[in-house]
Amino acid sequence: MNMYLLAAVQSAESGTKIGIGDAAVTAIFGYCVVFFGLVLLMCVLYITGSIFKSKESKAAAAKVDEKIVEKKPEPVPEPPAPAAPGSAGHVKLYNVPDKEAAMIMAIVADKMQTPLNELRFISIKEVK
Amino acid sequence: MDILQTLKDLWEGSGFHSFLVDGGWKNLIMIAVSCVLLYLGIKKKFEPLLLVGIAFGCLLVNLSYFTPESTDALYHPQLWSDFLDHNSEYYHSYGRIMSEGGLLDILYIGVKAGIYPSLIFMGVGAMTDFGPLIANPKSLLLGAAAQMGVFLAFFGAVLLGFTGNQAAAIGIIGGADGPTAIFLTTKLAPELLGPIAIAAYSYMALIPMIQPPLMRLLTTEKERKVKMEQNRVVSKTEKILFPIIVAMFVILLLPSTAPLIGCLMLGNLWRECGVTERLSDTVQNALMNIVTVFLGISVGATTAADSFLNLQTLFIIVLGLTAFCFSTVGGLLVGKLMYALTGGKINPLIGSAGVSAVPMAARVSQIEGQKANPSNFLLMHAMGPNVAGVIGSAIAAGFLLAVFG
Repeated sequence: MNMYLLAAVQSAESGTKIGIGDAAVTAIFGYCVVFFGLVLLMCVLYITGSIFKSKESKAAAAKVDEKIVEKKPEPVPEPPAPAAPGSAGHVKLYNVPDKEAAMIMAIVADKMQTPLNELRFISIKEVK
Repeated sequence: MDILQTLKDLWEGSGFHSFLVDGGWKNLIMIAVSCVLLYLGIKKKFEPLLLVGIAFGCLLVNLSYFTPESTDALYHPQLWSDFLDHNSEYYHSYGRIMSEGGLLDILYIGVKAGIYPSLIFMGVGAMTDFGPLIANPKSLLLGAAAQMGVFLAFFGAVLLGFTGNQAAAIGIIGGADGPTAIFLTTKLAPELLGPIAIAAYSYMALIPMIQPPLMRLLTTEKERKVKMEQNRVVSKTEKILFPIIVAMFVILLLPSTAPLIGCLMLGNLWRECGVTERLSDTVQNALMNIVTVFLGISVGATTAADSFLNLQTLFIIVLGLTAFCFSTVGGLLVGKLMYALTGGKINPLIGSAGVSAVPMAARVSQIEGQKANPSNFLLMHAMGPNVAGVIGSAIAAGFLLAVFG
């Protein structure tokens, strides 16, 4: 395989046409190189991802422990967010004006081709 | 003063006269082609930001260039032939281009030196959120699979009699990445830049027409209906580390990818690091727009009739379409494989987004997914393979450059 590839390289350097066999080997080898590079990157991303996930879970566990030790008084629950006007059920809105909430619900209903009164929205929250 | 002689000289010096002699009719055809491209860009909105510039560059060069002796031409192919000729005394002489070239020759230096495509990549990096890819690294497999068209078109081009360098430049059309195609072509086969750039951008614009039939052909209704689980939230630190890690790994693996991957990841680092908003904003907007202006018209300038109107161009158009189709097929097939291996958790439609036309290919996956299941939202899942395709096509280009450069 290396000999074929070398032949392809040499003929490319001379600026001439390359043979079909060389072209096939170069194409297969090139495709493999792309896969190898991206698989390598995938492995690195999985490793870094798992490191970050474990760090996050440790941090979350540490917070829970602190809470238990300190036995802080439970925070007063926030008053329930206002329900969106004109919708079925109780939709809690977090940092979303009524008009925008109504528009979002209408768009979702339209995209899903389902009447609004057959959909149930639990909450709408602005993701920053 | 001999008025008749003056009038005769004026007539013979005009472009109108040139249409009638020495194959000037070819320029007339190219002017018509440029008008069609302008129509597609303006009316049909096919990649208008670049296509309008390319089309007008094509118009300008064919209005002003007729023979190698055309001193008033905006672009002089002969200067660039000498520039590339190892035996010429002007080999790699930018000084001659600066002193004897026209406006478009001077702007073309940025293409020839690989500056514009790299700067465009910087802007793309600054505009791209790699979060979906970091959250689901398996997407990289789809980005790799969708480079199949690159290597099949390369092989096809060799079969049709192109040299290795030319075949490599033609193949990269399948990467569906305009800047990468321009970068590689200027390095390996600059004589083909015009047709390759036009084919690449035209097919990128036609993705909503090219991909859906293949997607429907290769997937079942059941597969298209699959709803994917929401991706995990990616932390800010991961997003900052990502461009640094990718730059290190990919450039160490294939040093020839350094200009493209380096600029892509630098742009992304500016976006994510949170302390360089001004630079990120400039690269995404002002710089990107300026480079797009120069890139468009200087690429258009390479479509002088003599070098564009030939059988090679026709082959390139056909091979480019083949490359696009096979890249889509490659992504879909690996998507189907992942569907089978994960027990139906992955919708194979996201595989077609592995071609790196960002974000159009991902939008096509979203639209096709919603056609099968109106409550399906594949966009963010498809963005993973989509941005993986950008990295994949840069690696493919780096490999071809390493072999044939």
